[in-house]
Amino acid sequence: MKTGTDRLRIALTGNPNSGKTTIFNQLTGTRQKVGNWPGVTVEKKEGEIRRFDRDLLIIDLPGTYSLTPFSIEEIVARNFILDEHPDVVIDIIDASNLERSLYLANQLRELDCKVMFALNMADMAESRGFKINGRILSELLGVPVVFTVGNKGEGIDAMLQTAIAYAESDQCIPETRRVRYSLDIETAIADLRKTIDARIDSGFPYSSYWTAVKLLENDRIIRERIGEKMAPGDSEAVLKQADELHAWLADRFNEAPEIVMTDERYGFIAGIMKEVVTLSTRKRVDISRNIDLVLTDRFLGFPIFVFFIWAMFQITFRLGAYPMEWIDAGISHLTAMLDVVLPPGILENFLLNGVVAGVGSVIVFLPNILLLFFCISLFEDTGYMARAAFLMDRIMHMIGLHGKSFIPMLMGFGCNVPAIMAARTLESRKDRILTILITPFMSCSARLPVYIVLAGSFFAARAGSVIFFLYLTGIVAAILTGRLFRSLLLRGEDAPFVMELPPYRVPMLKSLVIHMWDRSKMFLKKMGGVILIGSVVIWVLSAFPRNIEYSRDYAASMAQVRAEYAERMASAAPGEATRLSRERQTAVDRLQREKHEEQAEKSFLGRIGKGIAPVFAPLGIDWRGSVALLSGFVAKEIVVSTMAVLYAAGDETESDVLKNALRQSGMTALSALSMMVFVLLYIPCLATISAITRETGEFRWTMLAIVYTTAVAWLASFVVYQGGRMLGLA
Amino acid sequence: MKQQMHLSEMKEGQSGRIVRVGGDIRLRRRLIEMGLTRDAVFHVEKYAPLRDPLELVVKGTHVSLRVQEAVEIIVESLNGGTPGGTG
Repeated sequence: MKTGTDRLRIALTGNPNSGKTTIFNQLTGTRQKVGNWPGVTVEKKEGEIRRFDRDLLIIDLPGTYSLTPFSIEEIVARNFILDEHPDVVIDIIDASNLERSLYLANQLRELDCKVMFALNMADMAESRGFKINGRILSELLGVPVVFTVGNKGEGIDAMLQTAIAYAESDQCIPETRRVRYSLDIETAIADLRKTIDARIDSGFPYSSYWTAVKLLENDRIIRERIGEKMAPGDSEAVLKQADELHAWLADRFNEAPEIVMTDERYGFIAGIMKEVVTLSTRKRVDISRNIDLVLTDRFLGFPIFVFFIWAMFQITFRLGAYPMEWIDAGISHLTAMLDVVLPPGILENFLLNGVVAGVGSVIVFLPNILLLFFCISLFEDTGYMARAAFLMDRIMHMIGLHGKSFIPMLMGFGCNVPAIMAARTLESRKDRILTILITPFMSCSARLPVYIVLAGSFFAARAGSVIFFLYLTGIVAAILTGRLFRSLLLRGEDAPFVMELPPYRVPMLKSLVIHMWDRSKMFLKKMGGVILIGSVVIWVLSAFPRNIEYSRDYAASMAQVRAEYAERMASAAPGEATRLSRERQTAVDRLQREKHEEQAEKSFLGRIGKGIAPVFAPLGIDWRGSVALLSGFVAKEIVVSTMAVLYAAGDETESDVLKNALRQSGMTALSALSMMVFVLLYIPCLATISAITRETGEFRWTMLAIVYTTAVAWLASFVVYQGGRMLGLA
Repeated sequence: MKQQMHLSEMKEGQSGRIVRVGGDIRLRRRLIEMGLTRDAVFHVEKYAPLRDPLELVVKGTHVSLRVQEAVEIIVESLNGGTPGGTG
């Protein structure tokens, strides 16, 4: 028994699209903590609130259709209930989908936990001619039943009060209200239960009835648990009997017992449905179906889909460009301010070029990420995401992927980091990993500046076509990689495309904002940290050693130039002064750049670049290009600024200075193309790498991504450069 | 006895009754859990524009599955081709 002062733990379960998340948001609002379930990449949400004089911990379990341990979500939800013993489990049931929802509801009842039902959106069900008698449902199943309308916040308080009272009572589900299986199965359950009862001590955590049912269903996880929790001799005896009974039942029904039992649970549910539901013959106006007729129409479906995606891109990148500019301006402002405040020296250099520049390079993406996730949440919450998967599945299936993989891949054109995070919407782990591994080939927006500079310098009028060709190359690489990995590494049955197409709903702004903010917060926290460290490392490599032996005394040369001009200006005609001062500035700048270049060349980064230059030589990329590519590991935009420094153009990346410098450096159109192909395909940036590690949960996938992409990039660039030379293009 | 066929042979707008769900045990179980139980009545709502996957309405829920999965499901047609509301 719990006393009033203890914290009560209330878990929410339910089918996907049952309105569970809406209710969770209503309950906890902004007091949510989002993390991951230990060891897996399933989102864990919980929130602590104080209501009715009690401290309540609300845990949002993953939405599932069943507790059969096939998907990670199901395993997570079931293990939580089995091992963490929440005080109450509230099953959120979409009232218009009662029959299907009762399947999960009955599995929960079999778990021997305190489960209650919240019939959600009963108003919608009633308008569709579907009336549910909650009192009879409660009596028949022996569980408390309440009605809620999640999006209007109705019935939530009553639900909590019922949950608290239920948690603090001794009430439990009477055995007489259980699903009754056919005689042979009940006999088998009773036999097995006897064996289990005789061999378990009080330490065994699950009820013997439930354990027997699960063993007859050949439940992999329960079999393992039996092995762990029982003495070796006992577990062998139990498992042996379970196997015998399983075989016996399979023989009697000419069908696997788990299939028979699933069918019989639905039979039991059909009986309940007859008792509790009254169907009125009122005309059914199904708006959702009418919307769907248009949105997945044979002819209109794809054009509308393309339009939505186009709109998403416009919102993300066009609209996002404005706040991006503001942030950029803010960072410049901060840099300028620090420049004035701090004394020049190593500390200033570190703060400005290491910390501010590094963190700034991530922060500017925040508007994009916020807007992108807002759009994605909109697609998800309205129910359109499932339709997008429905439309695209045929095409994606050819690459060995799922219809839902389309969204992450598409988002990859914006930024790979949120794209990889979006792969969470995929249910099958194999699909998720495959999608994550090929997404980096989608040319993200950070690579575009590199193309613009290189293609602009060497391809002039044809730059647009060249850039288009690069994007296409990325897509082809993704498709080929998908097929390759599917047949080599992630073999096995494709995940079945059994998916619910939920009714269209008007999304709630509160849910959209919470969703958007959760994802973005995660991006800022994790990626900000990694980027910061990476930027500092690159800065250290490029700024040290400090005591470089320069080939000439730049300070002296500069002083000499200044003195020269001072002399000439003193003796020049008044009109000449401006021209001379401009000339002087150019000369000083040139010296400054040369010093910079020499410093870069002799820094650790430069030495590394020279060291690895032989690797890049067959690709037509010189040591400066090599260093630029190395620095691009932190973020691809840095490739341009590094090139700017190394090719002695100062920081003027915008102007034609860099283009001229590049053209004069001996780079050819062919080697520029080779470099662009390399930038397109090679190692994703640091933020992406850390996203891959986080989302796959295993470092080996990250290693594979790094090695594979870089190998592909090298080979592709090699083919481009050497092939081009053979064709006489260089 | 009514004519039995594969679900994949059913046309848009037709209704039928599930006779047997075949295929890999995991897939079968998932399909049954989604409501494709024996004797369940369903309606073929539509095929995707590229003719794969297809969408069923069963027990009031809209479920989509691939044609390759529908091949494994044996059904009984309930209307000898009378078009339903859509199509």
